[in-house]
This record gives sequence, structure tokens and C-alpha cells, in this order.
Amino acid sequence: MKRKVLLFALLALSLMGLGGLVSAQDGPVRVAIVMPSTITDLSWSQAIYSGLVEVQTEMGGESALEIAYTENMFDVTAAAQALRDYAEDGYDIVIAHGTQYGTSLFELAPDYPETSFAWGTATDTGMEAGLTNIFAYEAAAEEGGYINGVMAGLLTESNVIGVVGPVKAGDALLYINGFIQGVAASNPEATVNVTYADSFSDVAKGTEAAQTHIAAGADVLTGSSQMVVGAIELIQTEGGYWFGTQSDQSAQWPTTVVASQVYDWTAVIEDILAQRASGVNGGVAYNLTLENGGLKFAFGDVVISPELLIAAGEAAKGIEAGEIVVQTELPE
Amino acid sequence: MRIQKRISGGDFTAALAPIIAVILALALAGVLLLILGKNPLEAYASMIEGAFGSDTRIFNTISRAVPLMLVAIGICIAFRGGVINIGAEGQLFVGAVSATAFAVAAGENLTPWLLVPLTLLVGFLGGALWGSVPGYLKARFDVNEILSTVMMNEIAIRLVLFLLGGPMIDPKEVAQGTLIHQSAALPEASWLARLSPPSRLHTGIFIAIIAAVIVYILLWRTPLGYRIRAVGQSRAASLYAGISVPTYLTLALILSGGLAGLAGAVEVTGVTHRMVEGFAVGYGFSGIVVALFGRLHPIGAIPSAFLFGALLTGAERMQRDLQVPSATITALQGLVVLFVVSSDVWVRRRAARRASQKVSEPISADSSIQPIISEAK
Amino acid sequence: MNNDLTLAQILISAFALTLGAATPYLYASIGEIFSQRSGVLNLGVEGTMLMGAFVAIFFASDKGLQIDPAIGFLAAMIVGGLMGLLSAVINVTLKAEQGISGIGMTLFGLGMSSLLFKMLADGVITATVFPKLNIRGLSDLPVVGEIFFQQNALVYVAFALVPISVWILNKTTWGLQIRAVGQNPKAADAMGVNVNRVRYSTVILGGVFAGAAGAALSIGLTGVFQENMTAGRGFIAVALVYFGGWSPWRAMLGALLFSAANNLQIWAQILDVRIGNSPIPSNLLGMIPYILTILALVFARQRHSLEPAALTKPFERGEN
Repeated sequence: MKRKVLLFALLALSLMGLGGLVSAQDGPVRVAIVMPSTITDLSWSQAIYSGLVEVQTEMGGESALEIAYTENMFDVTAAAQALRDYAEDGYDIVIAHGTQYGTSLFELAPDYPETSFAWGTATDTGMEAGLTNIFAYEAAAEEGGYINGVMAGLLTESNVIGVVGPVKAGDALLYINGFIQGVAASNPEATVNVTYADSFSDVAKGTEAAQTHIAAGADVLTGSSQMVVGAIELIQTEGGYWFGTQSDQSAQWPTTVVASQVYDWTAVIEDILAQRASGVNGGVAYNLTLENGGLKFAFGDVVISPELLIAAGEAAKGIEAGEIVVQTELPE
Repeated sequence: MRIQKRISGGDFTAALAPIIAVILALALAGVLLLILGKNPLEAYASMIEGAFGSDTRIFNTISRAVPLMLVAIGICIAFRGGVINIGAEGQLFVGAVSATAFAVAAGENLTPWLLVPLTLLVGFLGGALWGSVPGYLKARFDVNEILSTVMMNEIAIRLVLFLLGGPMIDPKEVAQGTLIHQSAALPEASWLARLSPPSRLHTGIFIAIIAAVIVYILLWRTPLGYRIRAVGQSRAASLYAGISVPTYLTLALILSGGLAGLAGAVEVTGVTHRMVEGFAVGYGFSGIVVALFGRLHPIGAIPSAFLFGALLTGAERMQRDLQVPSATITALQGLVVLFVVSSDVWVRRRAARRASQKVSEPISADSSIQPIISEAK
Repeated sequence: MNNDLTLAQILISAFALTLGAATPYLYASIGEIFSQRSGVLNLGVEGTMLMGAFVAIFFASDKGLQIDPAIGFLAAMIVGGLMGLLSAVINVTLKAEQGISGIGMTLFGLGMSSLLFKMLADGVITATVFPKLNIRGLSDLPVVGEIFFQQNALVYVAFALVPISVWILNKTTWGLQIRAVGQNPKAADAMGVNVNRVRYSTVILGGVFAGAAGAALSIGLTGVFQENMTAGRGFIAVALVYFGGWSPWRAMLGALLFSAANNLQIWAQILDVRIGNSPIPSNLLGMIPYILTILALVFARQRHSLEPAALTKPFERGEN
């Protein structure tokens, strides 16, 4: 009998982490998110949406966590309206999934002190400006970029690697800079050619860039944002390899995408929920890293040599231990 | 080309036609919603709620109408002058980025009384400059304005990206290493006053309405406006009448671009308070739609902009409430345009019947667009 | 960076890629030339392209109907033709303001294609693109073979359409009617040509070609579909008609020039071309094709000999 009680107590304790939050409120925790692309973009927006869904499943479905989203909010004015509407409608947590939404968010947050806001990629929680209900999150994309780069350097036979870049900013730039350092570490002979299409969404531009990279001799490509899907499709046709980032892209192209750095936002979302449950509405900045498990790797069905995996694993260990320092900026 | 001052019965038909067109478009979009498995009544109720559900919502709808109105007023000038300005998007960007650069640089050195009007002026000039290029190219080299404004849009997008990522980037973004393409925040002294916080309604609405009145006076009460419209009606006849056609073509595009630039400046000083990527996307086209809806009349642009502002804010609400894809609204906007332009034929026939005894206007032999026919002459 | 490519190699592959990249523009521009030569400005090319792009990939993709890409291409042309029919009803029968109705068609096509994409695909949709079609004997030729004869079928068809359309416009009765209707509809009407019927035929054909252009983008070039994937290409195609002075040959030249400039700016990034010691920002490089297109028009002698005098003017029998 006593044992049973103890077991119950243990069980209850272990559930406290998540269950506790739910019981603090009457209904489910209500989370709303505004994002610039779609929940099925295989990149930026999909990464966080699947994180939310995962947390929802863990917590027990819609009765525990309600998720509302507005996608394709490329226009910042429209996005600002959506954010305000969600706050007005009493959502507990309102996520602005884009750096460009920051100004609107900082304007909005003081009007809804009970609501928690989160935005990224960003580091500023508005503490300096006296705001207490904003969380900020970012991803150390350069770390996964480095590991992808190490593998790409070992995989390339032509010693030419192409990078299909969107806009030279934010996590895409971090990723690409990390990637270049990774290639240099594993294969100093290899050339990394970088192009920017100056668009996050123009798939045809991505394809044209990839075509040109291949013409320049590249047999391994990588790139960031939702505009790369055409580039992946092309490198698959050409029989080359792709390294992905943001979301797991190997599900769509299992024989072409060697590895994807995946932003796993679940821990961030869970911590924001926990913070709120303990009465903290904001002020915490998160960074997804290899070390804290926020950056994960997903592999496809590409048969890769053990050396490649070992090199990748060592690079990951080196970064986690701080032995390898990946620069976020590179000299031009 | 006599100017008729009173509102006649023909104007009433002309005003009614777009409303019927909207109702038809909404009905058709309702069928679309049914196919999507959504209840159209519920969807439209959510739209109305989103646009007019509370004071704040109404004010936000109005604030959404401001840039649309300004762009549309500019489009009116261009179309009246016989040029198709597809370049409002680029002109708006350049106007916004110029205004931002000026306000950030001038910042603390000027009093708000000087800073605000100067910032708006710089925005106007920026847009006017961007509009002057296709205008000049058309006047001097006869480069088709559809071609040049389309190209100028693409150039503007890249120019703005370049400026926001380079010379004008927010020093904070450099310090943090995120390098997101956005400018520094505008100094508060340059912000347009908010009329009813927390809504975003700002004094820009007055600027837009005043602009509409000024443009109305300009087009219908001044020799300059008369010439712009004459060139729009018939280049051949204008030439014959001794009007310098190239000058007025260029001028129409400059003024049109200026108003789009002003729209950008007003949006940046009134709403976003900094220039970011993803700033005012798609207002160029929506502005054309609004202008058309207002029967290419600057005063008509005022109610028309409100309607489309409501459509936009309402649609976003509908997307959130019912998870209706935002694309539905894009399709709806397209349907509205198609119904409005198609309904013109009836309006025109009525007008033609009434005007049958009047002397018909000369047909121009050049490639100018047809000026709006449904207007009572 | 140490790209060991010779200039010759770079130019050869740049030109080969240019042909592929120019293909969507070419389809759309040729279609628009037919429409405009008969006096109808169809600014709705963008919307029709988007519909064509989606329909084509939906027919070809595993996620869609899994039918042959060739059927997808055909379906895109049929849907394009339907969009053309709609456009003809609005512009020809209902005599709408053509500059504006085109914006309506663009918005409608953008909205509908995105909606269909959401409903039917929801997420990334891919399809195998048309394979490169090597022509025995020709594809193996040095230089010429590499540039011209290692393309997919859609590219060959597009370029073949140029002389065909020139022939149609200049040598056939239909072509004569098209030109007559575009120059002087009243005179054509007096000669017994059914002005509106001719305009219906060209606007529908323009739609068919715009649909093909969309297919060339989705199952010819990229193998994917995304919302608004044309990103303004339909408007560029219309601009190229003006660039080409209503001549299919010169429009082709425009499409090639524009695509070549675009490809070369990608090469400039790959080769890390620098001014002094600093790389040229990609944004500035990206402007080049657009600036070049405008400049080419400024400096090239203006040709208006083919300009249809009745462009954008609806025809009303007995009017005035």
C-alpha cells in the first residue's frame, strides 16, 4: 500500500513539469503564432510549428495546449495586426516568428502585460526598455552549419561545393558562415561557392542558382529557407547531395539529403510554458545549440561512410565541449 | 471635355456598379468557401467582426486604408494622364527608404514641427524621383511605361535590400551579428501622432484625405491638371492643341510616384517606425485596385480605400478564425476587379445613351490607354 | 576562390542555362504578342502562368495525379486557354479597361493557384522535370551541341514557336486578320473579318501559351510549385513584348538577353568578382538584368512599325 502511494507520488511529481501548468489554468494554455511562410515550408516556419505540435502531443492534445497560427504574413503591418488580435483575444503566449516583427512586438507588449510574447531570431527581450513579458529566441545555426560543412567537405568528389543562399542575414548567414568553416576544416582543398538570391521564397531563383553551381562543378549543395526546394529537386535529378537546415528535409528527398540540421524548438516552448506557470512572463533569451540539444541532426537514406559520421560526431563533440569555436562572422 | 459640376444620374449608376460587383464577387467567393468546407456566412461574419468589431478594429481598418488611399490617388493621376503605372510598389519602397534615411540622419537636430513635414516631403520626392525615370524614358525615348515600371519595381526591391543590409542597417543588428535587413528606428520626433492608442490610427489619415482633395483640385481646377487629363484623353489631340505631351506624361508619372512615395513615408512614420524587409508588400497592386474602385477619381479613392482596408483586415481575421487560406482573399480581390471592370460596359452604355446627342470625342491613334469612359462628360 | 574553369567553359554553360531560363518568358511573350497584335493588352499573364504552373505539376507529381509530365503540360495549356477565354470575355465582349482587368486576372490566378495548392497539395509538391533530350548527332557537337542541344523538350518547343509564330503572323490568312484587327478594326470589319472572333482566338491562344509558360517553370525548370512562384515573371514577359517591338524574334532576343544577364550575375557571385578588394553585394548584381533591359531599349533604335494601332481599344461596330 505504501509503495503504491509512493509510486503515485513519483508519477505525480514527474508529471508536475507539464501537468502543473495545465492545472494552474481553467482551460488549455493558448498559444498563437504568426509566421512569414507556411507550416509546410520544410524550413523556417515548419520547424517551430512541428515543435509546437510535439509539445501539444506530449501535454495531451488540444485540451491541454491550443495552437492557433497565421501563416504567409510576409507583410509586417499585417503581421502586427495579427499579433495584436491574438493578444486581444486572450492568448496566453503569442509568438512572432520573424525578426522583422520585432518593432511591432515591442510596441504591442506593454499593452498586454499578462500575455507572454516570444520572438526570434533575436536576443533582445526588451528588458532594457523596461519590458518584462517578452521572450527571445535564436539558433546557433553556425554550429550545425559547421558539421554539415565537415561532412560536405569529405563527401565532395569534385572539390566544389555550392551554397544557395536566400538573403545575406540572420540564421541563413550564420549557417552559411559555419558551413564554410566546416568545409575548410575537413577538406582545405575544396572550394565553397556562395550565391544569394535575395529572396526567401523565389524557388525558380534557387533552381537557377543551383544549376549554375552545378555547372561550376559542384556535386554537393546546401542552402537555407523555403526557396531551396527547387535546388534540392535539381541536385536529386543530377545525382548529387544536399545538406539541409532548419527542418528535416530528408523526408522529402531521402536519397539526396544526407543530413539536415533541425531546429528543435520544443525545449524552448516547454520552458516558456514552465516560466509562465511559475509567474515569469518574459525576459528570458534562448539559443538553440548542439550542447543544449536544441540543434539536432536528421539523416536520410543516403549511405554514408563511417569516417563521415565519425568526423561529424567529433566536430559535434568539439563544438559542445567548446574546443571548436565556430565564428559567426567571416572576413570578406 | 466640359466639366460637369453637379452629380448626375449617370454618376449614381457608376457608383452603384462597383457595389453590385462586390456583392457578386462575394457571392462567388462564398461558393469557393463552400467548396473549402467553410460556412460562407460564418466567414463573412468573421470578416465584418475583424474589420468593424470594436473601436480599435475600426481604427485599424482606417489606418490600413491610409497607404492604399495615397497610392490610389497617385494611380488616379497616372491613369488620368494616360500612363499605366505598375510601379507604385517600387515608388513606395523608395519613398519609405528615403524618408527613413532622412529622419534617422536628421533625427535629433530638428523639432518635430519641421522634422515630420520634411520627412514626408523627402518620401514624396523619393517616390517622385523613382516615378520620374519611367516618365522621362517614356517622354524622351518612348520606352513603354509598363516595361520600365515593372523593371523599376525589381530594381527598387534590390536597392532597398541593399540599403537595409548595408549603408542603412540598424547598428544594433551589426552589434548583435544577426544582420537582419532593417534600418535603425526612426526618432520619435518624426513619428506621426497616434489618434487613439492602442489602435494604430495616426494623423496620416488626414494627410491622405487632404492629398485627395488637393489632387482633385489639381486635376479638375487647374490648367496643369487639365493638360494632364487632355494628354490622357488623346495624345494626338493634345499635340494638336499645342500641349507638350512628353512634359505632361512625365509629370503624371512623377506626381503618381510622389504620392506612392508619400504613402511609404506615411506608413514608416505612422506605423512601422523603421524600414524593414517585408514592409508594405503588395500595396502597389492593391492601390491600383482601390483606384479603379474609386472610379479613378481621387475623392472616390477615399471610400474605396476604406472598403479595401476593411477587406484586408477582415480577411486576416477570417483566416485566423476559420483557418481560411489567405489566398481566398487574393482570389476575391481579383474577382472584385474583374466584376468591376466588366460592369463598366453597362455603365458606359447608359452614359452613351444620355450623351448620344453630344459630339463624340475624337479617337486617338496612339497607344494610350483608354481614359475612363464611364465618367459623365 | 579557386574555380578552375576556363572562360570558354563558363560561357558555354552560361549560354546553355540561359536557354532554359528564357523558356518560360518565351512562351508567355509569344502568347502575349498574338494577343497584342490583335489589339488586346493582356496584363493577366502572371495569373495564368501560376495556374498553369500548378496544374502541370499536379498532373505530373506523385502527390497529385501521377500522370506523365507531357499530360501535365497539356493540362496547363488547357487551363491557360480557359483563363484566356475568361480574359477574352472580359476584355473583348465586356470591353473592360484592359490594363486593369489584367491586374484582376493576376490577383485571381494568384489566389486560385495558391488555394488549389493548399487544398490539393498542402506542402512541398515535387515532380520530375522534363528530362534533357539529346538529339543524336547534334548533342555531341562541341560548343554548339552543349549550348543548344542538351535541353529539355519544352525548350526546343519554345524556340521552335518563334519562327512558327512569325510565319503565322505574316504568311497566313489568320495572321493577316490578326494584324488587320489590331491595326484598324473598323476596316477589317468592313472587309468582313469578325473582329471579336479573331480577338477571342488570339487572347485564348495567349492564355494557352501563358499556361505553357507556367508549366515550363514548374515541370520544365524547377520541379516544384510554390505559392506565387512566378514572382513577377509574367509581367517581365509582357515587358519583353514591348522590348521586342511586337516581333517574336526580337522578343526572343530580349528574353535571352535578360536571362543571360541574370545567369551572368549568378556567375559573378560564384566567381567572387570583386571591385577593388570588396565583393559586389548580390543585391546590386541582381539589379543588372533589369537595368540592362531598360538601357537596351533606350539605346536600341525604337521600332514601332509593328505596333498595333488599336491596342487596348475595344471594338464596337458602328461606334462613332
